Amino acid sequence: MGDRSMGCLMDWQGQMLAEQLMQIMISSFAVMAFLGGYALDSFEIMLLVYAGVVVLTSVITVFNWPFFNSHPLNWLPQGGCEASKARVLSEHKPKC
Amino acid sequence: MHSFGYRANALLTFSVTILALMCAIASLSDNLNSPSPTAQVQVLNINRFQKKTDGDDEVSMSLNVSANLESLFTWNTKQVFVFVAAEYDTPKNSLNQVSLWDGIIPSKEQAKFSIHTTNKYRFIDEGSNLRGKEFNLTMHWHVMPKTGKMSADKLVMTGYRLPVAYR
Repeated sequence: MGDRSMGCLMDWQGQMLAEQLMQIMISSFAVMAFLGGYALDSFEIMLLVYAGVVVLTSVITVFNWPFFNSHPLNWLPQGGCEASKARVLSEHKPKC
Repeated sequence: MHSFGYRANALLTFSVTILALMCAIASLSDNLNSPSPTAQVQVLNINRFQKKTDGDDEVSMSLNVSANLESLFTWNTKQVFVFVAAEYDTPKNSLNQVSLWDGIIPSKEQAKFSIHTTNKYRFIDEGSNLRGKEFNLTMHWHVMPKTGKMSADKLVMTGYRLPVAYR
């Protein structure tokens, strides 16, 4: 969390989006690659287009881009609610 | 989809599964093709017809093999293996098949051909039964796909006969 644009983990909504995007992109582009190869009578074209599609999809869905983190989670502070309540003198408000 | 490695693994597995599905459908699409090949083989000359020292007959002949196998090629065809076999029966064997010539056709452009050749492989009988023998020349072809099931078929040409005497 914090200000880094690409943190280590996506948030939950982002994970669901990444999975759906991956499956939809690969299956729909696979259909297009197949039909294109069949129409152009070239098996090689189908394989090349499909390889390109897989690379494109992996760049979009595997890396932790910022748009996957648009619903960030509000983690409790370290130590839990009790520990933060005890920090009376601190400027942070307890988040529970 | 918790981490980079998890997502990468999921993507790779999914894409390979989809690739297998595409190859299976491509192989099935071959059934939509209805081929209509034509072929003709002429025996131009019997060059040699002798009985070898071990007692078996041997024939050497000149052939003209011509065929149009263009309709066998689909987008999923890697190559077509074609061979011409002489088929006849003898008292000992109900069917003898002797391959006389074969070739590999790598593309549709080379599938219409006419070749003048002597038999590539020796025509040797199992015994001495070939004098005056009537035989068929059958052209077999195997269509080898890029992915999926190989198919094979043949065309039988009848009416050939070997000479009655050695020469």
